[in-house]
Amino acid sequence: MAQVQLAAAHGQPVQDDVSQAPLALRGVTVSYGAEPVVLSVDMTVVPGAMTAIIGPNGAGKSTLLKAALGIVTPLAGQARFWGTPLKTARDRIAYVPQRASVDWDFPTQVLDVVMMGLYRELGLLRRVRPRHIAHAMQCLERVGMAGFADRQIGQLSGGQQQRVFLARALAQRAELYLLDEPFAGVDAATEMAIIDVLKSLRDDGKTVVAVHHDLSTVEAYFDRVFLINRRRMAEGPVAEAFTSDALQATYGGRLSDGFVARSA
Amino acid sequence: MLLDALTLQLGYNAALVALGASALGFAAGTVGAFLYLRKRSLVSDAISHATLPGLALAFIVMVALGADGRFLPGLLIGSALSAWAGLWITGWLGRATRLTEDAAIGAVLSVFFGFGIVLLTVIQSISAGRQAGLEGFLLGSTAGMLRSDALLIAAGGALVLLATVLLRRPLLMTAFDEAYARVQGVDTYRLDLALMTLVMAVTVVGLKIVGLILIVALLIIPPVAARFWSENAPRVVLLSGVFGGLSGYAGAALSATAPDLPTGPIIVLLAFALFAVSLLFAPLRGVLAASLRHRRLQHKVHLRQGLLAIAHDQPIYEAVTRRMLRRAGLLRADGMPTESGRAEAARAAFDEARWHALRRSGTLSELAARDDGLTRIEAVLTPDQIATLDARLSGREAT
Repeated sequence: MAQVQLAAAHGQPVQDDVSQAPLALRGVTVSYGAEPVVLSVDMTVVPGAMTAIIGPNGAGKSTLLKAALGIVTPLAGQARFWGTPLKTARDRIAYVPQRASVDWDFPTQVLDVVMMGLYRELGLLRRVRPRHIAHAMQCLERVGMAGFADRQIGQLSGGQQQRVFLARALAQRAELYLLDEPFAGVDAATEMAIIDVLKSLRDDGKTVVAVHHDLSTVEAYFDRVFLINRRRMAEGPVAEAFTSDALQATYGGRLSDGFVARSA
Repeated sequence: MLLDALTLQLGYNAALVALGASALGFAAGTVGAFLYLRKRSLVSDAISHATLPGLALAFIVMVALGADGRFLPGLLIGSALSAWAGLWITGWLGRATRLTEDAAIGAVLSVFFGFGIVLLTVIQSISAGRQAGLEGFLLGSTAGMLRSDALLIAAGGALVLLATVLLRRPLLMTAFDEAYARVQGVDTYRLDLALMTLVMAVTVVGLKIVGLILIVALLIIPPVAARFWSENAPRVVLLSGVFGGLSGYAGAALSATAPDLPTGPIIVLLAFALFAVSLLFAPLRGVLAASLRHRRLQHKVHLRQGLLAIAHDQPIYEAVTRRMLRRAGLLRADGMPTESGRAEAARAAFDEARWHALRRSGTLSELAARDDGLTRIEAVLTPDQIATLDARLSGREAT
């Protein structure tokens, strides 16, 4: 079992076993300008569970994911996937970026987007075979978008776009799914369709981590929570970590009055 | 003469130049399409202007070494080096400072070009007469082009094309969704560098024919024109290549008919003609098609609203609506509906009532989402479903 030495949040090196964790962050600090957006965050994702990353706007939720995936380079700290660096784990990781991060007027069709999920299999030159297309169609089927395969992506509604992104991630046949705000700006039917797919992934033993902003659905959708506001505020099973104390600490005065968290 | 030119009857040399120009145009269109999809088209402007100082320096060095200053491979190597320097500085300015890319491009472009012009003037004052070939690189000229030059250009274009085709998958994926591409293991920084290198190669190879001021047009206009015709990236890329190749071929052939015609501007004007045609007439995204679609929709909306007003015995307020109804023979000149107008109005009202019932029917109400106020219900429901709906409608009226 690989023992990896990592720098802990408080500067002391610790020995901890992260070879089981699909994703383990240690001391991750990210800054876009002079001020850190994410400050010395430790996170250990539990395999086979659905984890919500929760925090107020600007708390560094998306940035944390991006740092883990090497999309932004952290100032300090590191990410390990099953105890190994990202480079050797790419085949097992699927990422669903924020829908708003791409230009939907790009000249491409739904099926082409899903086929991008097969990039690691197809590489630069390998021919696209019928089984690849069949697999992509199956993934579209799972998100209820099979009828839209040759639509131009710009014609889709927000919810449909999100489903296509999820289908692309499914096409990778990954073990760890990292989703950035998958429910942002989607219709209720899409939200249900997505959560069904995510739960079925979890039931198949996959690991799901999603940046989430709707506190009222946390208990219904997720097994575990990770509360962040620049720093790690709480982490654990929903019943233990999703407490009003922790939420108060995470959101400060910004927590909406209407929401009453469970007090454990 | 014109036909002779286009069918390559003007002799071996002109044919060779046309071949070189079409290979260059095809490569420029293809690479330019990826650059356009990556939303970095303007970088090509910095690259092309940054070639000038290298070109002039290479000339000076070669003359100083006692060689022929107009030796094309030497000039191209020099311009590639300075284009690379310009590219690197543009990138560095963006990374190290808060300058936006367009500002960095503007700064690099003007400084490098200015420096190049100074060097050209120096060359002119040192060796009067011998620099004549260099000015041709500003606007492109095929006069006095050697066979080896044309072959070099064609081979360079083909090489760039090959590299582009090789990289098409990561290029398209990065252009659409950079973050996702990075997670998939694409080194987007190095991929962008590769793309810029290809752009640089096209620019350098095209200097002789199109000239450094106008090569930008050959990188930008074909993809923009191609975009009007297709919603499919590979097709946009291919079409852009074809547009570039056509412009290069026809432009070189035309300029061969009159040696005074500068090749570069002719090629660019032809590319622009293709762009203008695309802009106006492309069926998918062209201006004409879009305005026709808009008019047709407007017509449908006005007719429907007018008919519903007739059916409910309401006045029709908009003159446009009345005019359209009159033209369709649904309204008389005195504002009263015609026989067919009343029939159509009743049908429209009935259709509306069916949609209304559909929204309230438990089993089929999902389909009501397809109600846009224009689509007839027959287009959405099967006859059986409509029959069920009508049964409900008449049942409600009966009670």
